[in-house]
Amino acid sequence: MGIVQMAAVILLLILTVKPLGTYIYHIFSNQDNRTNKLFGPVEKAIYGLAGLKNRTEMTWKTYALSLILTNVVLVMVSYIILRMQNVLPFNPNGTDNMEPSLSFNTVISFMTNTNLQHYSGESGLSYFSQMAVIIMMMFTSAATGIVVAIAFIRGLTSKGNTLGNFFVDFVKAHTRLLIPMSFIVALALVALQVPQTLHPTIQATTLEGESQQIAMGPVASLVSIKHLGTNGGGFFGANSSHPFENPNPLTNVIEMLSMWCIPAALTYTFGRFAKNQKQGWIIFSAMLILFVASLSLIYSSEMRGNPAINALGIDASQGSMEGKEVRFGVAQSALFTTVTTAATTGSVNNMHDTLTPLGGLVPLAQMMLNCVFGGNGVGLVNMLMYAILAVFLSGLMVGRTPEFLGRKIEVREMKLVAIAILAHPLIILVPTAIAFMTDLGKGAISNPGFHGISQVLYEYTSSAANNGSGFEGLRDNTSFWNITTGLVMLFGRYISIIALLGVAGSFVRKQWVPETIGTFRTDNKMFAGILVGTVLMIGALTFLPALVLGPIAEHLTL
Amino acid sequence: MKPQRKKLLSRDMVIQAVKDSFIKLNPVTMMKNPVMFVVEVGTFVVLLMTLLPGYFGTQGRTGLNLTVFLILLFTVLFANFAEALAEGRGKAQANSLKKTKKEITANKVVGNNIMVVPSTELRKGDIVIVSQGEMIPGDGEVIEGLASVDESAITGESAPVIKEAGGDFSSVTGGTRVVSDQITVRITSEPGESFIDRMISLVEGAKRQKTPNEMALNTLLTSLTLIFLIVVVTLAPLANYAGIQLDIPVLVALLVCLIPTTIGGLLSAIGIAGMDRVTKFNVLAMSGKAVEASGDINTMILDKTGTITFGNRMASEFIPVGSEQAGTVAEWAAISSVKDDTPEGRSILELIKKQGLSYDPSIAEHSEFVEFKAETRMSGVDLKDGRKVRKGAVDSVKKWVAAQGGTIPPDVDEKGNAIASEGGTPLAVAVDNRIVGLIYLKDTVKPGMRERFEQLRKMGIKTIMCTGDNPMTAATIAREAGVDEFIAESKPEDKIAVIRREQAEGKLVAMTGDGTNDAPALAQADVGLAMNSGTIAAKEAANMVDLDSDPSKIIEVVAIGKQLLMTRGALTTFSIANDIAKYFAIIPAMFMLAIPEMSVLNIMGLGSPMSAILSALIFNAIIIPLLIPLAIKGVAYKPMSSSQLLRRNLFIYGLGGVIVPFVGIKLIDLFVHLWI
Repeated sequence: MGIVQMAAVILLLILTVKPLGTYIYHIFSNQDNRTNKLFGPVEKAIYGLAGLKNRTEMTWKTYALSLILTNVVLVMVSYIILRMQNVLPFNPNGTDNMEPSLSFNTVISFMTNTNLQHYSGESGLSYFSQMAVIIMMMFTSAATGIVVAIAFIRGLTSKGNTLGNFFVDFVKAHTRLLIPMSFIVALALVALQVPQTLHPTIQATTLEGESQQIAMGPVASLVSIKHLGTNGGGFFGANSSHPFENPNPLTNVIEMLSMWCIPAALTYTFGRFAKNQKQGWIIFSAMLILFVASLSLIYSSEMRGNPAINALGIDASQGSMEGKEVRFGVAQSALFTTVTTAATTGSVNNMHDTLTPLGGLVPLAQMMLNCVFGGNGVGLVNMLMYAILAVFLSGLMVGRTPEFLGRKIEVREMKLVAIAILAHPLIILVPTAIAFMTDLGKGAISNPGFHGISQVLYEYTSSAANNGSGFEGLRDNTSFWNITTGLVMLFGRYISIIALLGVAGSFVRKQWVPETIGTFRTDNKMFAGILVGTVLMIGALTFLPALVLGPIAEHLTL
Repeated sequence: MKPQRKKLLSRDMVIQAVKDSFIKLNPVTMMKNPVMFVVEVGTFVVLLMTLLPGYFGTQGRTGLNLTVFLILLFTVLFANFAEALAEGRGKAQANSLKKTKKEITANKVVGNNIMVVPSTELRKGDIVIVSQGEMIPGDGEVIEGLASVDESAITGESAPVIKEAGGDFSSVTGGTRVVSDQITVRITSEPGESFIDRMISLVEGAKRQKTPNEMALNTLLTSLTLIFLIVVVTLAPLANYAGIQLDIPVLVALLVCLIPTTIGGLLSAIGIAGMDRVTKFNVLAMSGKAVEASGDINTMILDKTGTITFGNRMASEFIPVGSEQAGTVAEWAAISSVKDDTPEGRSILELIKKQGLSYDPSIAEHSEFVEFKAETRMSGVDLKDGRKVRKGAVDSVKKWVAAQGGTIPPDVDEKGNAIASEGGTPLAVAVDNRIVGLIYLKDTVKPGMRERFEQLRKMGIKTIMCTGDNPMTAATIAREAGVDEFIAESKPEDKIAVIRREQAEGKLVAMTGDGTNDAPALAQADVGLAMNSGTIAAKEAANMVDLDSDPSKIIEVVAIGKQLLMTRGALTTFSIANDIAKYFAIIPAMFMLAIPEMSVLNIMGLGSPMSAILSALIFNAIIIPLLIPLAIKGVAYKPMSSSQLLRRNLFIYGLGGVIVPFVGIKLIDLFVHLWI
């Protein structure tokens, strides 16, 4: 039954890929289409307000610079709001200003699409902050990721010097994609009993006569963009396991599909731009293969349960239910965990800290790969980076210097790709090692031993992959953790974005090499296999020693 | 080819390579190869721990550290040996070339006198006279005279070649010997820059620069090395937290096993050996880049004459006219050609043999041969019985027959035109006053060319034939040879235009040429192969020179280029795939003492933690020398489509790269475990 549930959701996802991918293609292909009539006037007004008179095409450097500066401005505005939310409007609960290191962490966390939360939403943020900082950044960071993918795709599939205009792409990503979709999803969630209100916390008296505070707020709107934007930061501390954020199995499926559909559809968009739909499907299938493998591991591991508890004679027929919601069960929890870490969203509907060791290995591994669907836009870009690597490694074996989509892969591209593949292990393993060498780091661990290694490793992996889910159990609201994870999130986001936009900028200027029978093909099953192999060899083997000391050791010693 | 070029290894070369592998330990030179440099640093660290156990607190482990140190040292030495060996083969060749470069004296023309000067004093523009038996003192151009020259010192080809003033056969190379007659040569190179000098420096690898693809691969290997450096360095604090103390030599061993030492150690050897294979093939590549580019060729431009066809018109059919029989035509054609030494004449006799026809040679005995003359456009014999036999251009023969009062059969013109329209040349054969028939002369495609073009097509390479012939003739040959495209009545500018057109589409173009008017096209092409017999200008414009002057060799050069790239890719894949097995050997070994449950990961069932680590390390070291023959010879290459090639290589080197180390490490462990 559990398997049928999971298969049904995967099937639904596959069905969305083509229509959504085509729609996204039309948004960014800059050709005339029917949606122009609907959205054109709104966008014109925005361009007018923003003073975007000549919306010329940009080189990769201008594009990257515009992206960074836009993000910097948003970061500064948000930081100021968090630091003075107490005096700003929409603060019915009288929430106090946020402390500097936590504000730094929070702002970086949301701008980088990570949404690592070292605060608890219901007590740490005013409604205004939730809307003007959190929800605003949920849109802008997702749009940032999407336009990176679009610019990268353009670099790979067009000729010239330019990758498009950042501001136009950025606006369109909002007006035509994220805002309409999140509106629809929010309405659906409201219909399914998710609250959406500006009223303060409700005082209730329980049956025992105790008084209880029930936190509420504009939940549905946040939850919809939280998933569509692969953000993951919950309205409540308990995130999507909270009954107001995710009340029933149906909302659970909607939330999973919301965070999954854009990263998956972008593969189709890529195929459209490349004028080779098979090329897009090959990338999609490589992602799906890795996804299904991960899902199988976590599901079987959770169903098997914890041998130590099973040994006590406790009924294990439901699988390991520790830290899971009864309304979801193992299948819906395992799938949610796999989706949220594959798409690097980071919302959780169960506590990852209490997954079985091998079950906990799955979210870790997916974030370490960071390309199994991945966050909006950046996931595709990362997978295409692995495709470039795969072509470079195995393309030589057909006796030609490697070429991808008709462009030769040369020193310059390899240098930039090298920066991107180097950055990920560097910003995960080095801070992890530092945390274990200092008392500031070690002090936060709640479970010593191998599980403690997993906790720390998870925190930095989640930050580096811009996922944002927590293994929890780590006492991480200290200056040490706020600052180190803040930096890791920053580097994890922008180093690879800049390096890979550089790759796109270099590809777009290249002379095309015509395809012949002697060309290394990247649109057949064999390449899907090679791509999966490359991801595992380069991406996964790097982290194997650390994983052996964390979840694997824990599993073996259980 | 000279025998020493065929030998893969000689004793001296191995001894020299062993010496060089120690010299190459110098860290300054090692730094150029980051992968092996990291290994060297690791070796040094372990050496310090072996020598100063007190300082590092490693007393009691000196034996083990010493073992690790030795294995690491051998890993570096093996990699150096591979490179030294590849270089050595070039050096041996250079030495044999240097022998030909001994001091030569030159007869320099000064005013009206001749001065004897050493060849080293010759400058560009000097005029020298070289007589029979003398060495040509420097590269130059024949400005007067004609001589046959023995160029075996460079080409290995013992038959002398004719060099004459003017035209495309005027260039001579210093160090070659005039075997007959006398020529006057204008020197065209400064001392130290002659062809032989360049050749020596090329094969010695002195000027060897990394090729673009090699640099890109090196970037990737360096970043993988850095990644694993991060992995290993950060592992210690993690393990420490879990209560496991990791020894530095063990961490160094893990690092060395994980970084791509196999490809890192063999990469430059593969490049050198690729150039060397080209040289062994008697083609001189001016840079490794050219060899690499030849693997990428999309389009090949070939001259028809000499490359695709023999260039001589050969008899291919006897066609009777009027009431004559085909046999009669053959017979008289043969009689007219018995004493004819031209290629056409010989081809007639060959055709008769091939068709199983016969003629009576006695008829031609004591006859008088009439040579071909431009005015008559006929040749033939005057038989002793008074009959006269002629063969030649149809019009001329018709006139000759008419002059003797003969009648012209009505179908002569018709059949003659039919041959011409197919691109052939008709020759008429007449005896006294009757025309017996026509000989169909055809430019013949060299045997095997069709199959080679077929192979090229399978490799995705388009062939374009250039010829001065009219479109009809060109089309016939193109069809027969199976080339994809042809350019008839082509002028030298046409070649450049075609190259530019193809390059504008992103294609890489290769061409061959020998004449001075080919030079611009040779320079424009991505791979230009000039013939050694060609002019200096052509040779300078090209990036490869074929010493045997066989233009069809360009096809083999492409295959060598592809083989070079494939070897690089195959060994990289193999090297990276090896990591899986090494992980399974080392990871459980590192943690097994502290976490006994880790032994389930020890799927190879290795004897003990220490023997597992040492076995992985030993495997990592000896795989380098084991793969040297493959690196130097290159992986087997047969022309086939890219998917077939990929499947094959992925199976051998990808899957092989996963499995081989499991087997290898287990076998080594069985042995090592006897002690540890």
